[in-house]
Amino acid sequence: MRRLATRDLGRAHEAPQRAAWHNLPMPTVAEFKIEYRQILDPKGELVARLPAFAEDPQEVLTMYRAMTCERVFDAKAVNLQRTGQLGTYASALGHEATHIGVGAAMRPEDVLAPVYREIGTQLWRGVTMTEVLTYWGGDERGNDFARPRHDFAWCVPIATQTLHAAGAAMAFKIRKEPRCALAYIGDGGTSEGAFYEAINLAGVRALPVVFVIVNNGWAISVPVALQTAARTLAQKAVAAGIAGVQVDGNDVFAVREVVSEALARARAGAGPCLIEALTYRLSDHTTSDDAARYRSADEVKAAWALEPLIRVREYLKRSGRWSETLEQELIRDCARAVDAAVSEYLKGAKPSTDAMFDYLFADLPPHLREQRATARKYATKGSGH
Amino acid sequence: MAHGWEMEHDDSVVVIGQDVGVNGGVFRATQGLQARFGKDRVQDTPLAEATIAGMSVGMAAQGLKPVAEIQFMGFLYPALDQIVNHLSRMRYRTRGRLTCPVVIRTPHGGGIHAPEHHSESTETMLCHIPGIRVVCPSSPARAYGLLLAAIRDPDPVIFLEPARLYRAMRQEVIDDGRALPLDHCFILREGRDVTIVTWGAMTIETLRAVSELEAQGVSAELIDLATLSPIDAETILASVAKTGRLVIVHEAARNVGVGAEIAAIVAEHGLYDLHAPIQRVTGYDTVMPLFKLEHDYIPGVQRIVDAVQLTLAD
Repeated sequence: MRRLATRDLGRAHEAPQRAAWHNLPMPTVAEFKIEYRQILDPKGELVARLPAFAEDPQEVLTMYRAMTCERVFDAKAVNLQRTGQLGTYASALGHEATHIGVGAAMRPEDVLAPVYREIGTQLWRGVTMTEVLTYWGGDERGNDFARPRHDFAWCVPIATQTLHAAGAAMAFKIRKEPRCALAYIGDGGTSEGAFYEAINLAGVRALPVVFVIVNNGWAISVPVALQTAARTLAQKAVAAGIAGVQVDGNDVFAVREVVSEALARARAGAGPCLIEALTYRLSDHTTSDDAARYRSADEVKAAWALEPLIRVREYLKRSGRWSETLEQELIRDCARAVDAAVSEYLKGAKPSTDAMFDYLFADLPPHLREQRATARKYATKGSGH
Repeated sequence: MAHGWEMEHDDSVVVIGQDVGVNGGVFRATQGLQARFGKDRVQDTPLAEATIAGMSVGMAAQGLKPVAEIQFMGFLYPALDQIVNHLSRMRYRTRGRLTCPVVIRTPHGGGIHAPEHHSESTETMLCHIPGIRVVCPSSPARAYGLLLAAIRDPDPVIFLEPARLYRAMRQEVIDDGRALPLDHCFILREGRDVTIVTWGAMTIETLRAVSELEAQGVSAELIDLATLSPIDAETILASVAKTGRLVIVHEAARNVGVGAEIAAIVAEHGLYDLHAPIQRVTGYDTVMPLFKLEHDYIPGVQRIVDAVQLTLAD
């Protein structure tokens, strides 16, 4: 084996004397800055120009109602899990501004690639509460949305959905349809290779796709500081050559405005955008998790002061369009809608064992017909025919 | 517990994965280790499975012994590139110059009411990869002994931890640092009439079936495969030579399952010992369903009993 003696190494360093390269003036070849957008501060004060959509008070009320309903639904879902009537559930508590802002910015013909927490966006787009409960209740029929038929289903394998959104956008581009895809991803998800592949593809082919990173600070027990050394997640757009922006994810006005602008650009052929929505996971990761094991109560308490509903309520009150009576009425309305969905969900029959086979292929191969018969024979209680 | 013992006795052992630190793993398998051994030796990685597998290759090639956790088997797939192309063949490619003494632990199987992609049993994909061992314990005591053996092994081991057993079974385990042998089956029950081979959480239903068969006058020998690759053919063949009948039970899908390999081994080397065709009782060749149907997917006691009776009918 050839060994390099220390002497040899020493000689290799004896290069001709030149000025050290780092002392020479260097041209800057790239620079970036990341814009942060906020319109309503945590107290409900306007800190930027009111967006056009918010000039219509009805529009603001509609968004506020949707945010409230998401929260009421969410609390009920957690409760159903705690009482053994639902499987593991990923609470959306604290994410309502992002979810509703995104929902309101999208057009019905756009396509959503969610992760598993963005219930508010899905409800806004027409997925029903019963469908949400059916899925988290352990039944694939919950994925078979009555509408929107073209949206993707929940996506548990982290970050994989970002490539689906890029692919959907590619389909729109090839067919010259004025539609956009929008993928959600979490802060933890930005560590996955698939995320970089998706933003890279989107950039290089100028696809009509928008990526929304919901940075809620935590990937189960891992804080965002252990995911990346980058100052923002939005700046990851720079490496992909696409637009990147950070937004207050607890501010429904700002989220809707930023996402609307991104979708408009994408629809016009000006390429994709990466949006980092800063929010906070006020709940455990899922009902299987106990966040008290790894984060302080003080941190959570501080986050509650920034939560997204307060500021819209304050804004509405200040403009004379809200009162405690209206608030109570709204909560009652939401609870009624949720209760109706829950009883529909609870009435749903267990799927038959055939369901395991009937949707695997367009035409079921013979060996699976045999297995389907075996499964019928050994069906457990309630899943027979 | 096995982690703790081995970290105490071998400085090169490092635990990595998602939520393995402060949180102690989502199934609490690494609980307390970070407080005990510090943040260098017990690391929360970024949320990326390819990162976990790839960094394990790098760490191991340079002298550490990573014990990596992949949170659920359904999330293992981004790591397969590293497992197939590097982890399993580093020793082979470099003619033994660089090696990968890595353990990748991941929960295995369903039956715990979990969300989508959390109930996979796709061990057959791993068993097909040359150069790695695939191990699946059937009890806490076996998990302790086999995990120690896996960490001490000079080559990569994928360690499948049956999720149903995390919760279903409580057992006193003696923390004495004693490993159990890899590449060996364990005979859980001795019997005369039929050999049943299974592994992991399916030992629960199979043991119940064995009791029921006993009540029906059938003496079944139950073998816990434990190391799924490479298979301990000798123990299985010796048992089949004694009983003349073989039933293989696994939760994973039937098509090209590990059961097919066992059946092929017996067909090649023990065909003339058989009094009846080999039977397989397996998961169906479909996607592991969401939890409303998971117990319709996982083979039940009656299916096992019926399959055994089929080998006895003549």
